[in-house]
Amino acid sequence: MEHFIQQIVNGISLGSIYALMALGYTMVYGIIKLINFAHGEIYMVGAYIGYALTTFFNFGFFPALILSMILTSLLGVVIEKVAYKPMRNSTRIAALITAIAVSMFLQYGMMYFVTPQTRSYPNILPDIQVSLFGTNAVVDIRNIYILTVTIVLMLLLQYVIHKTKTGKAMRAVALDGDASQLMGIDMNKTISYTFAIGSALAGAAGVLVGIYYNTINPLMGAVPGLKAFIAAVIGGIGVIPGAVFGGFFLGVTETVVSALGGSLYKDAVAFAILILVLLIKPNGIFGSNQREKV
Amino acid sequence: MKKVVSVFLVLIMVASLVVGCSSDSGQGSGDADTIKVGLNYELSGNVASYGTDLSDGIEMAIEEINKNGGVLGKQIEVIKMDNTSDSAEAANISERLITRENVVTILGPATSGNTKGALPPAEQHGVPLVSASATADDVTVDSNGKVRDYVFKTCFSDSYQGVTMANFAYNDLGLKNAAILVENTSDYSIGIQNSFIEEFTKLGGKIVAEEAYQSKETDFRAVLTNIRAANPEVLLVPGYYEEVGLIIKQARELGIDVPILGGDGYDSPEILDLAGADALNDVYYSNHYSPMDTSEEVVAFRNAFKEKFGREPGAFHAMGYDLGYFFADAVERAGEASPEKIRDAMAETVDFKGITGTLSIDENHNPVKAVTILELVNGEPKFLKKLEP
Repeated sequence: MEHFIQQIVNGISLGSIYALMALGYTMVYGIIKLINFAHGEIYMVGAYIGYALTTFFNFGFFPALILSMILTSLLGVVIEKVAYKPMRNSTRIAALITAIAVSMFLQYGMMYFVTPQTRSYPNILPDIQVSLFGTNAVVDIRNIYILTVTIVLMLLLQYVIHKTKTGKAMRAVALDGDASQLMGIDMNKTISYTFAIGSALAGAAGVLVGIYYNTINPLMGAVPGLKAFIAAVIGGIGVIPGAVFGGFFLGVTETVVSALGGSLYKDAVAFAILILVLLIKPNGIFGSNQREKV
Repeated sequence: MKKVVSVFLVLIMVASLVVGCSSDSGQGSGDADTIKVGLNYELSGNVASYGTDLSDGIEMAIEEINKNGGVLGKQIEVIKMDNTSDSAEAANISERLITRENVVTILGPATSGNTKGALPPAEQHGVPLVSASATADDVTVDSNGKVRDYVFKTCFSDSYQGVTMANFAYNDLGLKNAAILVENTSDYSIGIQNSFIEEFTKLGGKIVAEEAYQSKETDFRAVLTNIRAANPEVLLVPGYYEEVGLIIKQARELGIDVPILGGDGYDSPEILDLAGADALNDVYYSNHYSPMDTSEEVVAFRNAFKEKFGREPGAFHAMGYDLGYFFADAVERAGEASPEKIRDAMAETVDFKGITGTLSIDENHNPVKAVTILELVNGEPKFLKKLEP
């Protein structure tokens, strides 16, 4: 039993990272219907910014997290302006290929500047394990930090989207871009906001992962980026609570597969789930069945 | 239009012929006054730490040799290239070193997988390739059991490390139940695992859990929880420092306090950054060399190294250093800097004295030499014992 509890804890901590990344994916898709493949790389850049801040400038956890989020949100806005905006009226496949190009540009650009060497984060969070219910199952303090930060950011996001003017504009643009422009919504500004928020979330995930796993490298974003994409699709791409659910679901599933002895098949299972969801319920578990407008 | 294209293609073909010729004529000259040796190493990528350490060691040795007059009255010229820790690139680099740079011997690469990638061009063109750290059993011997004519190594094999650690766990630590966490995509890791299991069960021990991971993973908590459930007395993790550092950290966090055993892949200062000093206790690994060794040659090497680089040498520096001298020794005995003569001299090596021990090359092109066992205490490697062959 205690091993089961431990595995669930392992799964939730892995899942909270997927969830945080999937939020950004799903937001961008919801607004401009673009699968932003560079999202994983923004997460990587966020991890490096956090590394630089904590290692060279001796920042604490929260200042480093917040500054890293601000810088990655700027990076997200710049990427949108430079790479995606000129492609907005071209075919979706062209935009998708641009996204892949941006992703590779960031990977190899970073490799050029910071070398492909793996780096390890300094210990800025206390290294404490808490035993659960007096059993052998342990939770790391950093696990609790990650989970808390994920939940707080998710609630903040819900607030921004549902209670603020910017959020209303985002939802309007997501529903119908042209009509919202006719209503006086500045579409460019709204899309910039979306990228800023989505990238800030990826940046936060990057810093958290750096601290939790203690290892970062320029290619670290590729696989988690794909996993976050799967998480977003499971929950219904474009649906924010769906992304969070998808992230946790994927994290727990992967851990359970490993626990059952299939540690080498966990990626295969993750992608199999993606295929199944696309076949059976393409709009995801939380997605509503909208008919494509003609 | 078609005509233009075909004329263009003909021009390209002619041009490529001309280019081909000029590089051929370039090969003939140049090797008269220097002896060219190629370094095919992992200077970037996920095992860059091994590759840079080894090539630093080699270059240090060659520098010393050149300062003392070189070999056969000639200076040794080092041509160093980066294979980016990729076995396909390692093959390209070998090809290039042989056909373009015209080297007489290739030193490297660091890992077994990359060495296997790098060796086909060496075999094909008849140029010796010597690795100081490719520990896999099938580097020097092909799958049919035939010895590869031009491939040598100067380090012991994985099977030897596995057997040593099995004996160490069973006899020295007195532990009977072992769990194994293996990197399933690495020949090195599987090689140690197989020989460990064979020896450990032969001695009377039991393997209570076998789990696997893949290179570049970062979350090992699920498999480690499985291992914890099996209650092992000792855990074998035959891997490379990048994952091993994280595995040890996460294992200790999950409360797995049993001794952890491994091989020479643990030898990197990075492991301390990745795992942290607290986690790195009760960790034992087999290695080629220990800085705690007090023999005269080791002390002299350490002092020379510290003077040049301003820090303590690691095992890979020592192995690279030995490889540099091993090469020079073979050229000296060959009496002529031709790949075939050097190959013959290498195959006949007896009692070559190096920093990492005295070695002789056996009929399978493997060395017969001692193995050192180190213990990590708060992340610092401490010399435990040296086992003679």
